[in-house]
Amino acid sequence: MADTKANSGKLLDIRNLRIEATVYPPGEAPKTITLVHDVSLTLEKGKVLGLIGESGAGKSTIGLSSMAYGRGGVRITGGEVILNGRDILKAGPKGVRALRGREVCYVAQSAAAAFNPAHKLIDQVVEAAMLHGTATRAEAEKRAVALFKKLSLPNPETIGERYPHQVSGGQLQRVMTAMALCSEPDLIVFDEPTTALDVTTQIDVLAAIKDAIRDTHVAALYITHDLAVVAQVSDEIMVLRHGRLVEWGGTQQIIKEPRQEYTNALVSVHEIEHQEQQPGTTPFLSVKNVTAAYGGGHVKVLKNVSVDIYPAQTLAVVGESGSGKSTLARAITGLLPPEQGTVTFDGRSLANRLADRPKEDLRQLQMIYQMADVAMNPRQTVGTIIGRPLEFYFGMKGRERDKRVAELLDEIEMGKGFVDRYPAELSGGQKQRVCIARSLAAKPKLIICDEVTSALDPLVAHGILKLLLNLQQHEKVAYLFITHDLATVKSIADSIAVMYRGEVVRYGSKSKVLTPPFDAYTDLLLSSVPEMEIGWLEKAIRGRRMESAGN
Amino acid sequence: MSSPILRLVAQRILLGLVLLLAVSVLIFAGTQILPGDVAQAILGQSATPEALTNLREQLGLNDPAWLRYVHWLWGILHGDFGTAQSSGLDIASSIGTRLKNTLFLAACAAVVAVPLAVILGLIAVRYRNGFVDKLISGLALASTSFPEFFIGYVLIFLFAVHWQIFPSISTVDDSTPFLERLQAVVLPATALTLVVLAHMMRMTRAAILNVMQSAYIETAELKGLKPFDIIRKHAFPNAIAPVVNVVMLNLAYLIVGVVVVEVIFVYPGMGQYLVDHVAKRDVPVVQAVGLIFAAVYITLNIVADIAAIVANPRLRHPK
Amino acid sequence: MALRQIPVTAWIGLILTGAFAFCAIFAPWVAPHGNGEIVGDVWEPMSAVHWLGTDNLGRDLISRMIYGARITMEIAVAATALSFSLGSILGFTAAVFGGWFDTLLSRFVDLLMSIPTLIFGLVVLSVLPTNTLTLILVMGILDSTRVYRLSRAVAVDINVMDFVEAAKLRGEGKGWIIFREILPNALSPLVAELGVRFIFAVLFLSALSFLGLGVQPPDSDWGGMVKENKDGIVFGIPAALIPAAAIAVLAISVNLVADWVLNRTTSLKGGRG
Repeated sequence: MADTKANSGKLLDIRNLRIEATVYPPGEAPKTITLVHDVSLTLEKGKVLGLIGESGAGKSTIGLSSMAYGRGGVRITGGEVILNGRDILKAGPKGVRALRGREVCYVAQSAAAAFNPAHKLIDQVVEAAMLHGTATRAEAEKRAVALFKKLSLPNPETIGERYPHQVSGGQLQRVMTAMALCSEPDLIVFDEPTTALDVTTQIDVLAAIKDAIRDTHVAALYITHDLAVVAQVSDEIMVLRHGRLVEWGGTQQIIKEPRQEYTNALVSVHEIEHQEQQPGTTPFLSVKNVTAAYGGGHVKVLKNVSVDIYPAQTLAVVGESGSGKSTLARAITGLLPPEQGTVTFDGRSLANRLADRPKEDLRQLQMIYQMADVAMNPRQTVGTIIGRPLEFYFGMKGRERDKRVAELLDEIEMGKGFVDRYPAELSGGQKQRVCIARSLAAKPKLIICDEVTSALDPLVAHGILKLLLNLQQHEKVAYLFITHDLATVKSIADSIAVMYRGEVVRYGSKSKVLTPPFDAYTDLLLSSVPEMEIGWLEKAIRGRRMESAGN
Repeated sequence: MSSPILRLVAQRILLGLVLLLAVSVLIFAGTQILPGDVAQAILGQSATPEALTNLREQLGLNDPAWLRYVHWLWGILHGDFGTAQSSGLDIASSIGTRLKNTLFLAACAAVVAVPLAVILGLIAVRYRNGFVDKLISGLALASTSFPEFFIGYVLIFLFAVHWQIFPSISTVDDSTPFLERLQAVVLPATALTLVVLAHMMRMTRAAILNVMQSAYIETAELKGLKPFDIIRKHAFPNAIAPVVNVVMLNLAYLIVGVVVVEVIFVYPGMGQYLVDHVAKRDVPVVQAVGLIFAAVYITLNIVADIAAIVANPRLRHPK
Repeated sequence: MALRQIPVTAWIGLILTGAFAFCAIFAPWVAPHGNGEIVGDVWEPMSAVHWLGTDNLGRDLISRMIYGARITMEIAVAATALSFSLGSILGFTAAVFGGWFDTLLSRFVDLLMSIPTLIFGLVVLSVLPTNTLTLILVMGILDSTRVYRLSRAVAVDINVMDFVEAAKLRGEGKGWIIFREILPNALSPLVAELGVRFIFAVLFLSALSFLGLGVQPPDSDWGGMVKENKDGIVFGIPAALIPAAAIAVLAISVNLVADWVLNRTTSLKGGRG
């Protein structure tokens, strides 16, 4: 029996796993919900299995079950988890402790939170290896330094002497990978290790992880919601939805010939039909040489920015965190009055400060936020939320207003039944739709969309983008679309402004901006966006090395 | 110790001194500018106008308020709190023994309350949402609702009257030997302990729980550490600062509880001294004692903040 | 919100609080004897005639207790109302307007709170005339600092949320923002705090009266009754424990209600209920 297992090289064998949790809805009796329904999987030594799905798919929960761990009151109630030939669910607390950090290690999404702020990095990296007696302190430290080198961390000899807050996010994520590898485990669970990182940082971390997996022959469960990312590192991919298995196959098969409709939807999520429009002759809103700063002029976040927006078109502003893209929105709306420069609208210049703008100007510029659930007053119903701009700008009352609210609900593809609902009773996508309806109610010329899809699951985000494009055609509204996600930009923009450290580094129509020759930053940004194609990562890294050699 | 920490600590101490100065102004203003005539208050309604004028002269009440404040503060900075109007005794020397007595009582209560609160807090975290935890938080709710005199008189009723183990009146003076002194404060110290214990324990529980729910505790768990080692190596270093903070804030709270408890047990400390002289409307004594209480309170708050600064690794190891 | 979803502890709190309030409001009709009426010997034990016995002057203790409830709650309610309206209005205004108004007020509150409330209360009472109005003013103003801090903190948290920004972008006035956007979301922590502040007022008043600096004889609140009867303790007469226990029970019942209110709707969960 043991022989056959050793021969088949099977490391992990999860059979009919069932995971439950007790939830305490406010004002109701506690109830038990099932998070994972009888999922089975196997993983051979040295292989990488990608677990992919939207939020609530149960992917992290399944990943942690390989360490016999249930996070926050989650219970493994059925099935077997066979690791190295034994069912670890029956191992008991001592047996489980012996395998955690020794046979299986974990890399969390947020390394910044997962490291103890009170200890030096090196102490935390070598802790598990020493605890399980796989190395002496000196050996473990030597191994750690070698791993730091392999993961291309700067100053591998001394970085361990630092404390977690002294190291950047991308570096911490690599240190955490080193921590997992240091005790030479058989399996590592990667739980969205690059999700919290900027796209240009993500590619380096991803490459480092991939190299490390290859060189150490460790097996891995790679958990993510991004199919393009997982396609770069996995041998096989398992698609999960609502705690059930949808499809499981080789990476090539999943991304090129998906057999299930849901998988197909995930693969083609960025494909949206949109014909690029040429800029018209006169823009209705122009931002001219705007400079803005926080803290009384000390921190310049926008430097001499100029962009134009044409009627019923979409200007996408892309950049990473800290690029100043959201500040641009705040400067246009008057929330952060610019220090220099002007914003002109319909040929006249807008007052700098929000308080100085007439109601009519406010009506013409509406805004939609990233986090829909905090963008709506939780104590107001959908009817009140959408109805308020009608009352406020057009003086609509009673039946007239209700009729218009119903029409707007219809436009965002939600029924009349939602009028009396509170935001807490809506799903993430529905909340964002209500926010769209609220801004449409003002009949504006421009809607500023600040990362409106980044908090949503890919399929829901896809629906929102399609809705926005439809509405643009019907209502002739223009969008200023702020995002860090280039894939979104490619699907909906007419013109693009690329921002970097408060400056617009590239600006023009979509086809112009996305056609070489590129400036250095745009090139870096574009080449960092994962593509749904095996071997993309190696190609991108090679491209970069050549460039830096050329420079 | 690197310089940013020293700078922050120095800043905090300086801020404390400024606050203390502002508090002295407030206390002085509170007793001088409010309606009510000090001279009238001392001599009563039947005083003759001449007597009032004389007393005002004698107390310097005819000087402008700011000048009197400066005189008062100058005196205090040189250890001169003035003389009590009701008795004519030097305030500083009356305070000397009383302050010692009060600090002794508070220290006795703290020595029992602090370790007990921390241990009970840890137990509550360990058995979170279990029977012990619920019992402890139930008791906490009850004891924050109990007035000090309820606890105090129940203790007297049981231990002094019913079982006659301890004295009901805690009389001590300079000649009282240490052991007798200790015996005298058993009941008041117990009352004080019960007053602050629940609150301190609840806050300790919250502080430790906050640390235990951090992601790095999960990391430690997933490395295979034993529960005890997780607490010792990963939770403890991060919990010190919030727990010290909780303890200091509650010691400050204890200083207030002392006032009522001293009156209950007729204990010759600062609290009783203050209450007696408020009733006698003896303003110089009230000002002096009020300022000392405020100073102790502010100092404990500064210590709490400094503990938090020193224990913060981000400040201890700057980028 | 169905009635049977209210937990047992909250029921106990509601019923007891209601009973105390009833006694306080209808004191002259509920009490068997008058407040100052001497009906028997000093410190008579509990009996069928005098349910709780008599006090240090031979007055019926239960009647004194009922009138004491009235005085205690009258002053505590008035002080709480004052501290609450003062604290929350200033707190909200400071949060929404910000600037020098906020800075000035917040620093002053910091200063007031750096002296323990009881100590500062004693300092001020040493020069002020001792009457009910003074007590209410001193208690209300000193305690409003805590309400100010809480309501300012809650309002500042809500004020930076996107839905408030959305209302500002729409062009709504300060009134709409305070009363329609912020207030509905700040209500549940404030209502829970109302209970806590009331308990604090009861305890504060009792402490002052116990020290002889609160309500003056012949009237007496519960704290004053403890003072009147405390000399009996050493003779084994528990008369002083009865008003002390009443304060404890009242405080616990209000605490139970406040706990329930706070748990029922924590922060911004929103929606129904």
